Amino acid sequence: METTYFAIIIGSIFVNNVVLAQFLGICPFLGVSSKVETSMGMGAAVTFVMALSAVVTWLIQTYILVPLGIEYMQTIVFILVIAALVQMVEIVLKKVSPSLYQALGIFLPLITTNCAVLGVAISMIQKEFSLLQGVTYNVATALGFALALVIFAGLRERIEFEEAPKAFQGVPIALITASILAMAFMGFSGLV
Amino acid sequence: MANKVTQFLKDKLLLVWRGVIKENPTFVLVLGMCPTLGTTTSAENGFGMGVATMAVLIMSNIVIALIKNFIPDKVRIPAFIVVIASFVTVIDMLMQAFVPALYESLGLFIPLIVVNCIILGRAEAFASKNGVFDSALDGVGIGLGFTLSLTIIGAVREVLGSGAIFGYSLGCADYMPLVFVLAPGGFMVLGFLMVLFNKFLKK
Repeated sequence: METTYFAIIIGSIFVNNVVLAQFLGICPFLGVSSKVETSMGMGAAVTFVMALSAVVTWLIQTYILVPLGIEYMQTIVFILVIAALVQMVEIVLKKVSPSLYQALGIFLPLITTNCAVLGVAISMIQKEFSLLQGVTYNVATALGFALALVIFAGLRERIEFEEAPKAFQGVPIALITASILAMAFMGFSGLV
Repeated sequence: MANKVTQFLKDKLLLVWRGVIKENPTFVLVLGMCPTLGTTTSAENGFGMGVATMAVLIMSNIVIALIKNFIPDKVRIPAFIVVIASFVTVIDMLMQAFVPALYESLGLFIPLIVVNCIILGRAEAFASKNGVFDSALDGVGIGLGFTLSLTIIGAVREVLGSGAIFGYSLGCADYMPLVFVLAPGGFMVLGFLMVLFNKFLKK
């Protein structure tokens, strides 16, 4: 495999940023990005779940779906695995680390419908990564998600104080801000 | 009798129409943003994605309305997801077989119809509380609204970015800023279309 770990990390955090270049995970990007603190919590929760889901989905794909020749079940199996995983993480966190659960708690159920988790799991399989590469790819992508989310939250905190024309208020102005942020991220293209 | 029939038709038509304008999934409810931005690089792609999502939405609404009484309340969300995922797999295979070019360009976003919040949202908010026929019509309405928005966004981006519409060149491709087909243009076009929608259609 020619892709180095360094290329995977830089590529998925900056060049192909999951939110700003691949359009995955837009819902939480627009939904929970009004404060820097909450967006950090969401970023941490997503990173945690995506690292776990990378391991689990890779193992399922390689040792169950491919040997049985039922790759077409991928979508159904993966979404169920991710949903179950999120539930489990929630239950375990509640018992083991109540303080972390307090911090991440509200974001966890939202992650099931975060298309970045499923999307990255599928594209990891399509890119034919090894397990370690897959986990690196997933974690780096999740960090890219967290980065975009935190930057965007910072921008939105400022926008709150400005008075936008009525028709622009809320989502439209957020989208236009995201557009400018995406242009900034385009500067990274060609880096890897 | 005739009055009743017209009233009935009017009610059903309103149910469909509501999904297109008043509860437009893209511009009003702001749901399903990932495919909305990710697949609208051209009018054709946006239209294809809209139709694929509409097909899944109608079928999953029908099935969920049929089986809603047999599902225990606690496991209803996982059950809905399985129903939706099954139909997405069906659509995925059908598209791969019959429209391979569109399948290629939509790529990852076809399996991702599963996590489109519109579909699960309608299952939870409408199909699990209403009859089969009304749920199907709700699917048609919301699906049409989604398809319409995606086609419009796709058309605007295609005209501005590559100087063409539905693949027909307008003969000015060289003067058009390519950025509208790329990621930033997606956010920007959607943002400005939402402004227009707020200004003129949302009462």
